[in-house]
Amino acid sequence: MISQMEGSQAVAQSVALCRPEVICAYPISPQTHIVEGLGALVKGGKLAPCEFLNVESEFAAMSVAIGSSATGARTYTATASQGLLFMVEAIYNASGLGLPIVMTVANRAIGAPINIWNDHSDSMSQRDCGWLQLFAESNQEAVDLHIQAFRLAEELSMPVMVCMDGFILTHAYEQLELPSQAQVDRFLPPYEPRQVLDPAEPVSIGAMVGPEAFMEVRYLAHAKQTMALELIPEIAAEFAAEFGRAAGGLTRGYRIEDAETIVVALGSVVGTLEETVDALRDAGEKIGILSIRSYRPFPLAAVRAALKGAKRVVVLEKSFSVGMGGVVSADVRMALSGIQLNGYTVVAGLGGRPITQASLRRMLADAVEDKLPPLSFLDLNRDVVDRQLEREARVRRSGPVAENLLRDVSGQTKKPEVSA
Amino acid sequence: MTQDVKFYQTGTFTVGNRLLDPELRTVQSSIARDNSLTSGHRACQGCGEALGARYAVDAAMRASKGQLIAANATGCLEVFSTPYPETSWKLPWLHSLFGNAAAVGSGIAAALKVKAQKAGLDQSAVRVIAQGGDGGTTDIGFGCLSGMFERNDDVLYICYDNGGYMNTGVQRSSATPPAARTATTMPLGPNPGEEFGRGKNVPLIAVAHEIPYVATATVADLHDLEAKVEKAMSMHGARYIQIFVPCPLGWGAASCDTIKLARLAHESGVFPVFEAEAGAITRVSKIRRRVPVEDYLRLQRRYAHLFGANPRPDIVARLQALADKNIKRFGLLEEVA
Repeated sequence: MISQMEGSQAVAQSVALCRPEVICAYPISPQTHIVEGLGALVKGGKLAPCEFLNVESEFAAMSVAIGSSATGARTYTATASQGLLFMVEAIYNASGLGLPIVMTVANRAIGAPINIWNDHSDSMSQRDCGWLQLFAESNQEAVDLHIQAFRLAEELSMPVMVCMDGFILTHAYEQLELPSQAQVDRFLPPYEPRQVLDPAEPVSIGAMVGPEAFMEVRYLAHAKQTMALELIPEIAAEFAAEFGRAAGGLTRGYRIEDAETIVVALGSVVGTLEETVDALRDAGEKIGILSIRSYRPFPLAAVRAALKGAKRVVVLEKSFSVGMGGVVSADVRMALSGIQLNGYTVVAGLGGRPITQASLRRMLADAVEDKLPPLSFLDLNRDVVDRQLEREARVRRSGPVAENLLRDVSGQTKKPEVSA
Repeated sequence: MTQDVKFYQTGTFTVGNRLLDPELRTVQSSIARDNSLTSGHRACQGCGEALGARYAVDAAMRASKGQLIAANATGCLEVFSTPYPETSWKLPWLHSLFGNAAAVGSGIAAALKVKAQKAGLDQSAVRVIAQGGDGGTTDIGFGCLSGMFERNDDVLYICYDNGGYMNTGVQRSSATPPAARTATTMPLGPNPGEEFGRGKNVPLIAVAHEIPYVATATVADLHDLEAKVEKAMSMHGARYIQIFVPCPLGWGAASCDTIKLARLAHESGVFPVFEAEAGAITRVSKIRRRVPVEDYLRLQRRYAHLFGANPRPDIVARLQALADKNIKRFGLLEEVA
């Protein structure tokens, strides 16, 4: 059914079609509308039987999810930003125990300074936690990825994060197609747990493991993610056959066939990039996009195959590793091991800074002429940074950083006298 | 299997099975016993927590007719019972983290409720307990515990209180009593050991949540402990039992004194034993023969700095005053007509 609806409401509807049995909810922007939508569906009896728990923290949300998943219930929760970080200990625990929980991450920056707007710092900080991470380019894909995520999680007995850009997707109203219950039921069978807390067959789950087997348990998680490299395209193909549209998979190329320049990106910015690339193509540039849809497992072979014919690769990232550079870039470089080409990391959109066509076009014009530095920050106001560095060099008690920078940005501070 | 009654000591202060009707007695060993926490685990000799858990979990197993799932916090109970690939647990058991046993219990209960609804039942026949030590309960797990309480999730939470982080090497928790020596409250300076005026009374905090049932118990009165677990299991919603479990290692006490210390804690007023329902205290276990707090303190090296070469009778008096306050507050002594 074609509907015009908010991304969060669409995800709530999609999750409900997957017949979750336990949902735990804790509010954090920009994820909140998703669990609000699900709460209304449960309270109104439209999603039944299902237990909807309003918990006291994200740490509790993931802990409740661990208990319910281990008891054999299909379990869902959603979070973002600080919430994801608050549940980190339980996130690692869920993957270590092999519990197929599905969680939406409405991607948002991490403070300080506190910032509610979109970037990918939150889920990127959890790239090594053992969860699979799928990225949605659009709200339609977010709807479709949640249905695939439950299949994927339960077949592997591993948890899956569906990452969608906060506000840009979660709060955007778009036309999209919601599948029917019958379609989802055909695609997603009832959950059959590999391990379950059952008095008829008692097991101890979560026992202590020493050096004699810990490495093997951790390796098994890696082996499962390696298997997912096969399973993700299979599930995407099955999805396309059942629902009549493509979604998911490991990567998606856009005009990359003869491209000399390829921009690698994740999430909703791919849509913006498509328009920029179209314009550059019209101007005669051989340029394309590689969208990474499965960030964990990272599809090394698919990325290598897509990029190996290019002359240069620009990784456009909404997060970065402070003191080093790009997060995704490091993985892309690993995929290109032994291949000589020019590689650039462009960090963009941190804390919700708009990534505009104009800025992208300017940056890509430099890129195709190999004028980009190895690491750059799109639309960084270097003047404001320099003023703060100068201030700190000048006075010991230079004050709170964020306040200083905001005053500088808004023009409330005068440039200091050199002799001051 | 029960013993024949050999003699009665009515009118004395002897505590024990032999004063009870055979059907009311606590049975140590019986082929009918579940032994949910079975032999072979690595607890220290004289471990109060192992004893408390054995009786509490078996009582819950009996009450649920063997339909029981346990969530367990990190701590001694988890470590000594499940050295991979061995386990002492004969019931389905899940250890997740140090601070989330109550929330994991909530999740188990939620899953069971949905499964019962799918089977056309009002409520699940399978019941849930969550358990942990005082550190996992009163400190790091306190947020999850309070959340489970306020939602009135159908979980019985059992806290084994030995007054410190014993598994990590005897550090101070918010259940560590004043003046006690721990690795982080050393017997140094003018106020040796744990400071006075700190700590958290979680049983009373549980009562303030107005949950259906709260109780305290000690391993000195296993019959009372079992009865409280059974009573808790006869109810639904959030329930809390805190069991006083002496720790020979952490307290510097003889392994053979575990029961004695638990009894002295009750009989001195150090640890009030009571029950509460829906926010009101309904019953207290009266002190039958009051003993001075010093009798309880002297058996433990964690209080050795109060006696010996440089005694601190002033601190002993403050500890006695705290016990006296408990006695008054809870009405632990029989009213004299």
